[in-house]
Amino acid sequence: MNLRRLWAIVIKELRQLRRDRVTLAMIAGIPVMQLVLFGYAINLNLRHLPTAIVDEAQTSASRQLAMDMLATDIIRPAAHATTAEDVMALIHRGEISVGIVIPRDFERRLARGEPVAQVLVDGSDTVVQSAAAQLAQLPLTTPATERDRASIPLPRAPISVVSFYNPQRVSAINIVPGLIGIILTMTMVMFTSVAIVRERERGNMELLIATPVSRSELMLGKVLPYGIIGLVQTTLILLLGMWLFGVPVRGSAIDVYWAALLLILANLSLGLLISTRAQSQFQAMQMTFFVFLPSILLSGFMFPFEGMPLPAKWIAEILPLTHFLRLIRGIMLRGADLHELWPEVLALLAFITLMMTLAISRFSKRLD
Amino acid sequence: MASEEAAVIARGLTKVFGDLVAVNAVDLRIDKRQVYGFLGPNGSGKSTTIRMLCGLLTPSGGNIDVLGMEIPRQAEALRRRIGYMTQHFSLFGDLTVRENLEFLAAVQGLAAAPARRRVAELLEEFHFSGMERQLAATLSGGQKQRLALAGSIVHGPELLFLDEPTSAVDPESRRDFWEKLFELADAGTTILVSSHYMDEAERCHRLAILDRGTLVADGTPAELTGSLEGRTIAVEAQQPRRAKATVLGLPGVISAAQIGNSLRILCESGDGIEERLSRALEEAGLQARLTAARPTLEDVFVAVTTHRAPGETAKTP
Repeated sequence: MNLRRLWAIVIKELRQLRRDRVTLAMIAGIPVMQLVLFGYAINLNLRHLPTAIVDEAQTSASRQLAMDMLATDIIRPAAHATTAEDVMALIHRGEISVGIVIPRDFERRLARGEPVAQVLVDGSDTVVQSAAAQLAQLPLTTPATERDRASIPLPRAPISVVSFYNPQRVSAINIVPGLIGIILTMTMVMFTSVAIVRERERGNMELLIATPVSRSELMLGKVLPYGIIGLVQTTLILLLGMWLFGVPVRGSAIDVYWAALLLILANLSLGLLISTRAQSQFQAMQMTFFVFLPSILLSGFMFPFEGMPLPAKWIAEILPLTHFLRLIRGIMLRGADLHELWPEVLALLAFITLMMTLAISRFSKRLD
Repeated sequence: MASEEAAVIARGLTKVFGDLVAVNAVDLRIDKRQVYGFLGPNGSGKSTTIRMLCGLLTPSGGNIDVLGMEIPRQAEALRRRIGYMTQHFSLFGDLTVRENLEFLAAVQGLAAAPARRRVAELLEEFHFSGMERQLAATLSGGQKQRLALAGSIVHGPELLFLDEPTSAVDPESRRDFWEKLFELADAGTTILVSSHYMDEAERCHRLAILDRGTLVADGTPAELTGSLEGRTIAVEAQQPRRAKATVLGLPGVISAAQIGNSLRILCESGDGIEERLSRALEEAGLQARLTAARPTLEDVFVAVTTHRAPGETAKTP
């Protein structure tokens, strides 16, 4: 490893990058665009679902239940209905997403511990469905002290969802740390996946391999400049996340950068491996999608890791983004430090070592 | 096996790609401080041979000794001592003239101060003063070749491989380019240059002709043309096209090319061919005057690269 040669390659890459306007625009454009899109537009926690409430009991307790449900802000009254049939028809026509029916024998059911009300949901949207499911778990608010515990058994204890780290259930707080990972995966793999194959397409590779430059100098020289760019992107997302959505950094900022650097290097070395295999820049792009889609879907960014079937979990464990998400959520939202999360650090280090070794060994300084 | 005076010795050099024998048992010897030409039609194995000699391709068979090193085993060590200019422009189009040279100087292992001096020297010597900040992609064909040559000698190599360096360059730039090559050769550099231009071939100290992967001729330009003495005949005729048709049917005629009002005929051997030609033309009722012509390298090229099955008649080159 000759430092002057390594430096020459880094400088060359940066000079080429400076003249590549599309890539330059991507470096800043993708983080800003994604942050705004995911932060504002994609809100996985629905509020103000159009609702109709039918209170057949008309007692003070039933009215209390209806008021409590409205107070959650998940629903808003949108239509008038007097019977359960009305509610069904409204849902069918798409005028409301949720219907609540409190039956005439509400007080008796309450006393017996039977289901006291029915929440009817337009199940065609699973996100709406799960929002309504939360509603159904609303604890009955008759204060426990007012009840005669001996005579009236409580209804089957409804499970209340308590969110410690995001009590207002604001999506942006959960999404922004994950978004650092998504953006770094998208841009970093893309940058290096074309790095080698582009030189081959433009004919520069034959010149390079005829010089004394070594394989590891060439590979590292291509990774380092983009590593710096990845850290710049991380800063950009963090600042925008704090400014636009008030996302907190509860752990140390240094740890956030270490975690980001690990993911950056993991993605760059993966991209480099793709680049040694791809025959053209277009093919390299196609191959990055094979990494990108499972990363978004399986890493725990979109859907909770816990709910996945076992094979999906295995795949997820291979993806660097999965480990990064555990790291970054731990650091930024729970205030954990890197030492506590060492298994994820170790997994990322192993991934980087493996990919870099494969990339260097797969790259040959021969044309055959 | 290496002799003091030989820069390159190859024996039985062979390269097979699948079913195709690209280079077939080629023996080569290139002496130091020579400009050695590599002549051959497209696809004759010139590039493949050059790539094997600089260790970029692994030979399927044969031995290579370059500057006393066994190739491909010592290819990495050889790279510090050779320069290689690829057939297609392979410098970075999105770097400037100066940046390209700076990059190559650093990659070739020159320390910072000597690299700066060397780049300044090359910019001056290759007439790039004033255009050092121009992007390489915007240079003209001749300028690109000049820059590529400057880049390939940035570390002062002992041996230079040039793969068709002038194939896309205007005649004046070609002349300048060759001037540079001779300056380098005078300064002690050994140069292997492939080409399909005859005028360039004639400038080489020695040349080899490759055809379909096989070495078909090897010698100085004078030796090669000398071997064709008596086999080239000029025919001046009233109707050169009819004369050509008549002549091409004769046994022993390899080719006939029309040049203005005369024909240039290349024969297999000089024995009595002149008489047979004039008889044939007379019988066809054509007035013609035959004279012996001085053989050129083009004749050599045609003679060694024309393939005829027995009984087949000659082709028009």
